[in-house]
Amino acid sequence: MTPLNLIDGRAIPFGLKNVDTDVIIPAHWLKTTTREGMGRGAFEAIRKDPDNIFDSAEYKGAPILIAGDNFGCGSSREHAAWALGDLGIRVVIAPSYSDIFSGNAVKNGILPVVLPQAAIDRLMEVAQTDPIHVDLENQTVTTMFQDRFTFEIDPFRKMCLLEGLDEISLTEKSAAAIGAYEQKLAQDRPWLQPSL
Amino acid sequence: MTRPRTLYEKIWDAHVVEQRPDGTCLIFIDRHLVHEVTSPQAFAGLRASGRTVRRPDLTLAVPDHNVPTTARLDASGNRLPIADPESAAQLAALEKNAPEFGIRYIDAVAPEQGIVHVVGPEQGFSLPGTTIVCGDSHTACHGGIGALAFGIGTSEVEHVLATQTLLLQPSKTMEVRVEGEVGPGVSAKDIILHITGTIGAAGGTGHVIEYTGSAIRALSIEGRLTISNMAIEGGARAGLIAPDETTFAYLKGRPYAPKGADWDAAVAYWESLATDPGATYDKVVIIDAADIAPSVTWGTSPEDVVPITGVVPDPASFADPSKQVAAAKSLAYMGLEPGTRMQDVPVENIFIGSCTNSRIEDMRAAAAVIKGRKKAANVKWAIVVPGSGLVKAQAEAEGLDRIFTDAGLEWREPGCSACLAMNPDKVPAGERCASTSNRNFVGRQGPGSRTHLVSPAMAAAAAVTGRLTDVRELMA
Repeated sequence: MTPLNLIDGRAIPFGLKNVDTDVIIPAHWLKTTTREGMGRGAFEAIRKDPDNIFDSAEYKGAPILIAGDNFGCGSSREHAAWALGDLGIRVVIAPSYSDIFSGNAVKNGILPVVLPQAAIDRLMEVAQTDPIHVDLENQTVTTMFQDRFTFEIDPFRKMCLLEGLDEISLTEKSAAAIGAYEQKLAQDRPWLQPSL
Repeated sequence: MTRPRTLYEKIWDAHVVEQRPDGTCLIFIDRHLVHEVTSPQAFAGLRASGRTVRRPDLTLAVPDHNVPTTARLDASGNRLPIADPESAAQLAALEKNAPEFGIRYIDAVAPEQGIVHVVGPEQGFSLPGTTIVCGDSHTACHGGIGALAFGIGTSEVEHVLATQTLLLQPSKTMEVRVEGEVGPGVSAKDIILHITGTIGAAGGTGHVIEYTGSAIRALSIEGRLTISNMAIEGGARAGLIAPDETTFAYLKGRPYAPKGADWDAAVAYWESLATDPGATYDKVVIIDAADIAPSVTWGTSPEDVVPITGVVPDPASFADPSKQVAAAKSLAYMGLEPGTRMQDVPVENIFIGSCTNSRIEDMRAAAAVIKGRKKAANVKWAIVVPGSGLVKAQAEAEGLDRIFTDAGLEWREPGCSACLAMNPDKVPAGERCASTSNRNFVGRQGPGSRTHLVSPAMAAAAAVTGRLTDVRELMA
């Protein structure tokens, strides 16, 4: 996973709330056995309009996406995060996310920034004309107009993003603890072993 | 004395392998369900890193999303090819990956095959008090039997396959208490649609919802699975209903369930899981069951719920400006005008199925309304898709299939089908579907499709009249 710290660039002023994962990547794009190339299906229904924002000269390849409440709601499909990543998006800024999407985003090197609606409104305005600067280490979103918004992020997620960590390798360091838990479980709740 | 704990806290505490200084916990996963859509990349990841599946014995794979619901075998019992090459490739990948990694696998033509969230409880693989994950957000479903069950992404699928654990932050807790008795024609689906309309699509974000109250206790396991299934539609990653005698009676004797002395020990443990008196939730919502009508969605978010006796709302009636914008967009997509009576909305398609509503009780509820009636002339496509081969066999033993086919509905093979239109079952662009599934998102049932979420009885009523219909009118 590519480490992420400073992202500076245009932000797509998308702004809609309750953007579900079927909108981000419709189900028929899920019939693949690889993670690559999902960007082609990203926001497919919206991009049928030739004047859509994602393919406009101004925002094509922009690294930041600004959205409304409950971004990424619906399905658990990680394809949504792969699709955003393949479009070139490294940061999403929204007032809230579905729990599953925000986890999937982090695991794919995409930072889900949470800011209040007032900050979103201001960034939507700036994004019309100018770039936005995101600093994960210092947990800030700033603009060239002296706007400065700070955001909260779970320290573990922050570390994973900053270092581009592979979570499985990290968990494998706890193999002994997992083994001990399994042994205790076999004693305490032996009936958990499937009977077939 | 220990602090009173909620059902969620008890299950969580029993699964902590390690707690990190920042509060993140390594949580043991008791059951992992795998299907063909969200797993190929996870298996590829294992292969690329030379890893194996840590606990294949706790993992069960079954194909459901892509499988066609038309006949899978020819007259001589040979498997028919799958027309869509991409679907065929995904199914072939699971069929190869499961044995290669030593995982239990129910193949597409096995009698037990079905939707993963129907199969888990039906096989007794899903048990109360366990942690259950699957690469599918409707894993919340298994909360209906009292399991802490939630959907995960493909990276997490790989993580669970490799380590049988997940790194998680504890969730906040929310109680949704439904007290009283529901009226005639009101099913579990109407209860959860009403709840979703009340709390909103993000009302449960960051929370695990425990459904309590006399109206929930009175539900069968099928009904409880329907409720918990749609916890995710209210933003909660998991739902929970405390296991009780109804749960134990449902699970006893199922193939993977504990047997003999193990069964008794398991029941004793499950009985200890109920939320302690005095335990508190972070959020509480109380609903009077008497306020719940047969319900229907009008928009493109599952929170867009009205009673069937209601009208399409005016976007200007919403206080939140962003909801006004969203509602206007929804109505444009749905081709609906504010003020239109929901009962005047014609439907051309009927889908009875999905992990929300494809169990035997759902089949019976729909058949009870359809019996002796005919599909309306304007209904072009009406399919009934049982949730599993076992549901299908049971329904056929009860003659339900004949009730549907005599009325002009199609009786299909089990799978996810038109809920998300990954297989050939799609609603055409611009057409409406009265659907017993869980999501009315833009394009969910096929590009341009317009979904109205309803209960099985309401879908059956719509099939008969050709419009959204108050099922109570057909029950008199």
